[in-house]
Amino acid sequence: MAVKLPIYMDNHATTPVDPRVVDAMLPYFTERFGNAASRNHSFGWAGEEAVENARGQVASLIGATPKEIIFTSGATESDNLMIKGVAEMYREKGNHIITQAIEHKAVLDTCKRLEKYGYEVTYLPVQRDGRVNPEDVRKAITPKTILITVMYANNEIGIINPIAEIGKIAKEHGIIFAVDGVQAVGKIPVDVQKDNIDLLAISGHKIYGPKGVGALYVRRRNPRVQLSAIIDGGGHERGMRSGTLNVTGIIGLGKACELAQQEMPEESKRMRALRDRLQAGLETKLDEVFINGSMEHRLPNNLNMSFAYVEGESLLMGINDIAVSSGSACTSATLEPSYVLKALGVGEDLAHTSIRFGLGRFNTEEEVDYVTDKMVQVVTKLRELSPLYEMAKEGIDISKMKWQTA
Amino acid sequence: MAYSDKVVDHYNNPRNVGSLPKEDPNVGTGLVGAPECGDVMKLQMKINPDTNVIEEAKFKTFGCGSAIASSSLATEWVKGKTVEEALSIKNTDIVRELSLPPVKIHCSVLAEDAIKAAIGDWKKKHGVEVPVAEKAAH
Repeated sequence: MAVKLPIYMDNHATTPVDPRVVDAMLPYFTERFGNAASRNHSFGWAGEEAVENARGQVASLIGATPKEIIFTSGATESDNLMIKGVAEMYREKGNHIITQAIEHKAVLDTCKRLEKYGYEVTYLPVQRDGRVNPEDVRKAITPKTILITVMYANNEIGIINPIAEIGKIAKEHGIIFAVDGVQAVGKIPVDVQKDNIDLLAISGHKIYGPKGVGALYVRRRNPRVQLSAIIDGGGHERGMRSGTLNVTGIIGLGKACELAQQEMPEESKRMRALRDRLQAGLETKLDEVFINGSMEHRLPNNLNMSFAYVEGESLLMGINDIAVSSGSACTSATLEPSYVLKALGVGEDLAHTSIRFGLGRFNTEEEVDYVTDKMVQVVTKLRELSPLYEMAKEGIDISKMKWQTA
Repeated sequence: MAYSDKVVDHYNNPRNVGSLPKEDPNVGTGLVGAPECGDVMKLQMKINPDTNVIEEAKFKTFGCGSAIASSSLATEWVKGKTVEEALSIKNTDIVRELSLPPVKIHCSVLAEDAIKAAIGDWKKKHGVEVPVAEKAAH
């Protein structure tokens, strides 16, 4: 069967909206367009009812109660709110925050801003497999620690952190535990009770919902977590997030969560099979390829691989009918290779050669086979062009060479 | 990032890919860049010692499409030129020919460095004392 090009395999960046999600949203653009905060007519009631239904769908996916879900504009806002909200609310209790090196920038840059305001932040290193060691978290706790924030799963290498263990440590010390759940929620089972999570950031567009909508789980019991708002106004969302609710987006997020919950057991198996097929194909047909991050504790839909001696951007150029992303400096605005791979101890030379594959609900086996063949073809071609590959084949140790660096 | 047609053409059909025997006294080899920086270029030229004419040029490049295109173009340009003519090739000529955007100017600088390094190597083999090739501005 011929595959339709281009192939999208960058589902950690965003996902297409599931047509069932679109169907759920559509009536609320035109017929039932009411403001969910309008309390005195049926238009408003219809909007409110739909929002409350969505709140239940989101809560159900993560083992929370509907009242613990507040809606935001997306996970970047949720990350900002959970960190800044705790920092301000608990300022008298302390000023120390613990996080880790390979968080998403929405967390890292938020922490950096707080440092400017007198907070102290510990950025824990990660292990070679990309995961945080819970004992490192325990050791970093001080009497002034008010927040521990660690991502559930990483967006580049797909590793899954030992969240339940870190949650337990946070609970023992009475410290609030905030988790960026963007890549994990909807893909693997996440349970805020089992994992002792106090705050959990969720995104719509990573789970086949629309862009511009997200949620934040805020624990109400044992302990009751309080947040200072970062957006003030009409006091929506229990005062934690003012602004007219994005009713259509929220409905989409809710429906996406419902579908994820229903389909996760089957879907995660399918993702894993596709991912394993991709990995096996590449490893069989190419030498000198390296997996970045733990294979054991990894999202079923992620593969992050370095193709030694082939620079990532030139690789992307050769596979231009396939959408994936690279940790190469050339693909980012900063001219620095991926900080995530760097934190794992992956050499910069290999970081430049990394490709992230993000499989999704709509990928097929035929697409995986097409991607495998194309990757093999382009990597082989570029290695013939690579002086490093030639030197390696001649037995020269590239790492021991003296390079003229600019 | 959108690439110019010429960059795409050199990427798809790189000219003069390959290697020349390093030990040949008439072959000059230039190896510039570093793997950590994401660019390494190897440029080799076979130069006739009687005429100073570059008779053959080969390259291999680890780097982005613009780096591959810059070095591919460099081999095309130096072939048939005398050493002196080749040394007058400026990185800005490469930028212009390939319509490189500002973030890719370093690729052209590297190609100019590679030309100078290869010729420098050849001159060394022939005992010609040359001042260290002036490095293009980075």
